[in-house]
Amino acid sequence: MQREGEIRIPSGCAVSGIFSKAGTPISGDTIIRSISVMHDRSNGLGGGFAGYGIYPEYKKYYAFHIFYDNSVSKQECEKFLERHFDIINLSKIPTRKHPKIMDEPLIWRYFVTPLPHKLSDSQLDEREFVARCVIRVNTQINGAYIFSSGKNMGVFKAVGFPEDVGEFYRLDEYSGYCWTAHGRYPTNTPGWWGGAHPFALLDFSIVHNGEISSYDANRRWVEMFGYTCNLQTDTEVITYIFDYLIRKQGLTLQEAASVVAAPFWDTIRRMPEKEQERLTYLRDVFSSLLITGPFSILLGFEGGLMALNDRLKLRSMVVAEKGDTFYVASEESAIRIIEPEVDRLWAPRGGEPVIVRLSSGTSV
Amino acid sequence: MSIEYIYPEFEVIRHPERCIGCRICEQQCANGVHSFDPKSGKMLADESKCVNCHRCVALCPVRALKIVKSDHTFRPNSNWPDSIIRQVYRQAGTGGVLLSSMGNPEPYPIYWDKLLINASQVTNPSIDPLREPMETRTFLGRKTPVIRRDSEGRLLPQKSPRLELSTPILFSAMSYGSISYNAHASLAAAAKELGICYNTGEGGLHKDFYVYGPNTIVQVASGRFGVHKEYLNAGAAVEIKIGQGAKPGIGGHLPGAKIVEDVSRTRMIPEGSDAISPAPHHDIYSIEDLHQLVFSLKEATGYTKPIIVKVAAVHNIAAIASGIARSGADIIAIDGFRGGTGAAPTRIRDTIGIPIELALAAVDQRLREEGIRGDVSIIAGGSIRSSADMVKAIALGADAVYIGTAALLALGCHLCRSCHAGRCNWGIATQRPDLVKRLDPETGRQRLVNLVQAWTLEIKEIMGGMGINSIEALRGNRLMLRGVGLTSRELSILGVKHAGE
Amino acid sequence: MVIDARNMHFKDLNESIRRSPDASIEIQNCCGQRYIGCGLSGKELQIYGTPGNALGAYLSGANLFVHGNGQDAAGDTMDGGSIYVDGLLGDAAGYAMRGGSIYVHGNVGYRAGIHMKAYEEKSPLLVVGGEAGSFLGEYQAGGTIIVLGLHTEKGRLPVGNFCGMGMHGGSIYLRAETLPPDFSERLLSREASEEDRSHIQPAVQEFCRAFGEDFETVWNACFLVITPNSQNPYKQLYAAEQ
Repeated sequence: MQREGEIRIPSGCAVSGIFSKAGTPISGDTIIRSISVMHDRSNGLGGGFAGYGIYPEYKKYYAFHIFYDNSVSKQECEKFLERHFDIINLSKIPTRKHPKIMDEPLIWRYFVTPLPHKLSDSQLDEREFVARCVIRVNTQINGAYIFSSGKNMGVFKAVGFPEDVGEFYRLDEYSGYCWTAHGRYPTNTPGWWGGAHPFALLDFSIVHNGEISSYDANRRWVEMFGYTCNLQTDTEVITYIFDYLIRKQGLTLQEAASVVAAPFWDTIRRMPEKEQERLTYLRDVFSSLLITGPFSILLGFEGGLMALNDRLKLRSMVVAEKGDTFYVASEESAIRIIEPEVDRLWAPRGGEPVIVRLSSGTSV
Repeated sequence: MSIEYIYPEFEVIRHPERCIGCRICEQQCANGVHSFDPKSGKMLADESKCVNCHRCVALCPVRALKIVKSDHTFRPNSNWPDSIIRQVYRQAGTGGVLLSSMGNPEPYPIYWDKLLINASQVTNPSIDPLREPMETRTFLGRKTPVIRRDSEGRLLPQKSPRLELSTPILFSAMSYGSISYNAHASLAAAAKELGICYNTGEGGLHKDFYVYGPNTIVQVASGRFGVHKEYLNAGAAVEIKIGQGAKPGIGGHLPGAKIVEDVSRTRMIPEGSDAISPAPHHDIYSIEDLHQLVFSLKEATGYTKPIIVKVAAVHNIAAIASGIARSGADIIAIDGFRGGTGAAPTRIRDTIGIPIELALAAVDQRLREEGIRGDVSIIAGGSIRSSADMVKAIALGADAVYIGTAALLALGCHLCRSCHAGRCNWGIATQRPDLVKRLDPETGRQRLVNLVQAWTLEIKEIMGGMGINSIEALRGNRLMLRGVGLTSRELSILGVKHAGE
Repeated sequence: MVIDARNMHFKDLNESIRRSPDASIEIQNCCGQRYIGCGLSGKELQIYGTPGNALGAYLSGANLFVHGNGQDAAGDTMDGGSIYVDGLLGDAAGYAMRGGSIYVHGNVGYRAGIHMKAYEEKSPLLVVGGEAGSFLGEYQAGGTIIVLGLHTEKGRLPVGNFCGMGMHGGSIYLRAETLPPDFSERLLSREASEEDRSHIQPAVQEFCRAFGEDFETVWNACFLVITPNSQNPYKQLYAAEQ
């Protein structure tokens, strides 16, 4: 049987997210309770979480979470890491045995910073250097897979139902200002853990629900810019698209949303002239990054969270606020279970991003 | 009297009980097939002149006529088919290069017919295209993002020359001279109504058609007929024609007989003089010279028009396209070896070049590998026969398609492949006023509009089935294609999987 | 009877509803359980909390009252009975419903009333007190949709884009003075006549009664009626190959 990456596997899903604008640490247990309400939206073949603000003591360093098939791949990968990075700390990621989580790979965590001479020799900015190293490991070192690579954030994922995955990774022992969660419903077994979501690169992480119809058009375009889609999942290509638009092209989140979930031409035509010009430019010049088909995505990044639906709103998504806390989920019940009394709850329109950030001056 | 070696290819069958002797067939046939015999009071037919264009059949008021392929035969021989034997006789009789028209009719593989399209089932929804928004608007031109902002951080859209099409179809280049005034009038008016473009071909732009400028692509070919500053600035884009799929590496030759008054004025050459297009542009002997010509045209048009470079699909097309993309051109038009022509040497037409499907796949992939696919848009041409071919072309990586033969069929062409004779009974590939007037530009316009609208509806239906509601999400989306009956080599060049994978 | 649905799986919850001999059942602490009232007849449910997707699917005569918000696909293929939601309702509310009524106090999501149809004496009704998302009444084939836009400020419309896309039967009533800017040429519209108004008056009265809104305030406003253009232009898009 082929494992994920060798074939493309369509998936349905549930997503959930919580964000404290005040930077108040939220226990990982909270997000587990939220996603578990939507148990029936996943099928036990993938679950995962991304937490932001979870490594304050190491916040200056890139936190690499790595799956290894075996000790040989671990040795090879560590050699590569030593050649390119100063490794500040390394350890197994703590897990607890769980009857429903099986076939676990070796799961290691490294806090690293690029070696100064390697970085200057590369003539790249630091983030690009790190991104290229991650893509290189994932593409070239057999059996090693860096599934989390941002600062002060981490992805935890596995094959299983999300609530079981959360317990397996002992997420109740972490707290952060932002969490996203994903329960996956792939059509066939992914064969390994790398295919679970979130997908992450640097501090961008994506959880996503829906199967996009533009996949290969998007993939073949974004692969021109140094990305390699090893997993062939929508989440992977969407992450790369946002990384390209935001980090490499310097678009704002709002503008990036107008590219991937562009308004219809008919809608653009009825806008004020300046707005028409701006949106026409974005649709034209980034036309191959339009995403069609159903999606609801949560894009986590350092200090913020964006929720976005496809332009036809073919997937459900509800958001809510209570004080400084922002909630988002595929179903309202996943919000109500952790906060029954919200101040405000609404369903954003298709293609209309909802962006939340840490309040200014907040330190995490 | 010499022996006639060639027996007529077709038989004219006349139903004796239906024929009323009205002599319409006789009036309609510019080839002089039909005649009236006063002695017997019957219509006769000289089948040696028949090209099977169906004009007489279509206009016979009592449906008394049909044209059939003659079952007269040489002794069957798989190695020496009738067509080859005839050609040998023809050349032995004349000593000439065989000349033919329209696209390559030989039975080469048609890859379009070996590609199948995907549709959504369960994992994502298909879309009802007739009742939900479905977008085909296409911009052609350079797509290299330049993000500039004003002092308040607002995005400043960068204006770069581009073509805007309501649907990714353009009428391909057919010059005034090779086709008639009325054919051009039909194409131009249809392009305007549809919000797409037609292409002047290399014969200049008739003064009457300057009004269609925003829907016109003006062509600059090696003969530079009718090219001047006003011409270059009259259209929405300028196309440099390096070659065409029907005759790569070959120039053109419009006989002096076709350079009648109006054609002469449009081409800016004397009446009756031959119009010869050299095989190459004599200012382009190397790729860096193309850069020079591209920029001379940009200078002449004030950097306001996209420059298209049209090339025939030849063996090394991927590298050639890459060179063109780096020449400053905004759009590459690739013409496959089944593309049509008003006249081409038969051997050239039938044996030179490669299929558009393979050329397009190779070019799109190469430009992506080099990271320069955004520097140019790709127009694919050379026998796009239906909306399905079009969808497949776009999924392989084309931004838009050129249609020539299909457009002529819409105007009434019956693919008799005799354009070079200049006696087109349908008023398309002729300059004879009595024949030209048979094509009513108003009817022609309407039929072209119908065709393009019908194809666009079909594209929307197909896209809807795939769950795609905008054409750009189909472009290069090769996962939406599967091959049937193709070798792994062919599949790898096309970049598609086999059905079942 | 009262059912505490906290931490209850939908199968257990729905089984207890079906088994209960009571005609009136109260569900407390509902949170995301799907298919509540699925195919149900002859009962009344008072639901507190957030019922999950496909609430009242194939509903066959029962009356459901939600004290809170509903999620997606409520009233899917509903045949009779009623659903009252004193809150918001998610996407695709009343998909393919053939009979009965849905009253929503607040907003509904995208594609409300999609493919609603009527058959013989059955004619479905969807009343929305707030606003409706895009694709309201998409492919509507019968029945009545009323959008009141009670909290919509002047100058705004209570519906999103692509209202009535593909509509080919039934009617949509908007409590508004202007049509959507992208109003399809395949639709017709008119200001509601006395006859039109009398057609919807009982529904609006029932809405006001159920949710405690003042009828006069709601009623004294302009209503626009949207119906399909009976010229049926879709047929013209096709040409027989032979």
